[in-house]
Amino acid sequence: MMQQESQLGGTNGAAADGRHKEVGTDALKRGLAQMLKGGVIMDVVTPEHARIAEDAGACSVMALERVPADIRKQGGVARMSDPALILQIMESVTIPVMAKCRIGHFGEARILEAIGIDYIDESEVLTPADEEHHVEKHDFAVPFVCGARNLGEALRRISEGAAMIRSKGEAGTGDVVEAVRHARAILGDIRRLKSMRRDEMSTFAKEIQAPIALVEETADLGRLPVVLFAAGGLATPADAALMMQLGVDGIFVGSGIFKSGNPAVRAKAIVEATTHYNDWKIVAEVSKNLGEPMVGINVSSLPKEELLAGRGW
Amino acid sequence: MLQRLGIEVTEVRLPKDLEGLDAVIMPGGESTTFAKLAVRFGLMEPLRSFVNQGKATWGTCAGLIFLSKDIGRDQPTLGLMDIRVKRNAFGRQIDSFTAGLQIDSIEGPPFPGVFIRAPIIEQVAGNVEVLCTLDDGTIVAARQGNMFVTSFHPELTDDTRVHEYFVALAESCRPKAA
Repeated sequence: MMQQESQLGGTNGAAADGRHKEVGTDALKRGLAQMLKGGVIMDVVTPEHARIAEDAGACSVMALERVPADIRKQGGVARMSDPALILQIMESVTIPVMAKCRIGHFGEARILEAIGIDYIDESEVLTPADEEHHVEKHDFAVPFVCGARNLGEALRRISEGAAMIRSKGEAGTGDVVEAVRHARAILGDIRRLKSMRRDEMSTFAKEIQAPIALVEETADLGRLPVVLFAAGGLATPADAALMMQLGVDGIFVGSGIFKSGNPAVRAKAIVEATTHYNDWKIVAEVSKNLGEPMVGINVSSLPKEELLAGRGW
Repeated sequence: MLQRLGIEVTEVRLPKDLEGLDAVIMPGGESTTFAKLAVRFGLMEPLRSFVNQGKATWGTCAGLIFLSKDIGRDQPTLGLMDIRVKRNAFGRQIDSFTAGLQIDSIEGPPFPGVFIRAPIIEQVAGNVEVLCTLDDGTIVAARQGNMFVTSFHPELTDDTRVHEYFVALAESCRPKAA
């Protein structure tokens, strides 16, 4: 878990007097997500998109070859993006850059770590590489974000070392219904947990298949031990404000921006709605004249085998 | 953290939120995001005048960048503190680190410094007082009158000493009752 900088070829002046430096600790991995709180993370497929996102005020970008809407449309096996493309995107902006690896594919995760990515999303949007095991994320110096549909799934990912959780939602649809369902499930269970006695918690931990220590920590904190973002189907400033009001710490927008009519304007509006989610006059103002939203797919019309959220467990 | 010290806190998102405050903290985050939203929602001048009234102001990480006069690139800042800053000075997230720090006016064992994609202060001018350096001399905390900056994140630790230092600074900056 904690690695000395010498193993990683770290940077500045190692301390000689015992006040040694540590890298890759949980505090650092979770801490970066803390710095993203209240912000918007946008999917981008080119350096130009990344610059538009940064100019709009995105706090981070997710570098991809295809946005989820295209992955959904084109089908086939969806893998990690070309490291050359990810590097181009990393060079084009100063905000942190994330990239996706397949569930359980620690090979892809090591490649992303090796090119110096700031955050890895072990994502159900890509085709899973392992149907039994997620990546053992404690072993990495780079932090991971993982999707979850409920509290049990969120705490299992945290126990594997995830430093940030997002709702799975249903990516690439433009339909916010699943993100709402998952955020409500996670946050609702935390509210129930807060009113439980210790003996009830231990039964609850078994029911949701989560480690008791993390269940108790969550109850004591009154929130997840890591930052929780909403993701999967958000497309408008109103969607962003809705999710923030439900109690998430920030927003991922995937296909919703660059599959819309006017990405720069919509990106800026979603950032502003996320910052000022408590001020409906501002959310109303920024919702005006955004042009065509992405064409959506109703999640309820999708056949079960096309749903992405069921990947991972 | 401040609530633990018995201090009343509120969030500042719009200029009106600054009314009635004794002190302001500009937190960590992405300084580019920060600057854009502050410009768009008219916070730049109200924040400048808040600081210029002599009220205590603490910038951590992105907040440090935001207070400084020179960041060597085209990005709006308040431009109030006589420091030259380098953003992401240590590299990417993988180069983020923790280190024990000796900080002037803070007693006791080394303070746990959490540096996340942190900036550094390359140069100070005027009456800026350097409060903390890394072993190689890199400046990571400083003060100029009512302005206090840290490139690390005391709020991500359980150690309240830096917050206590700032509360004392805020007390000393309060206008004395006539």
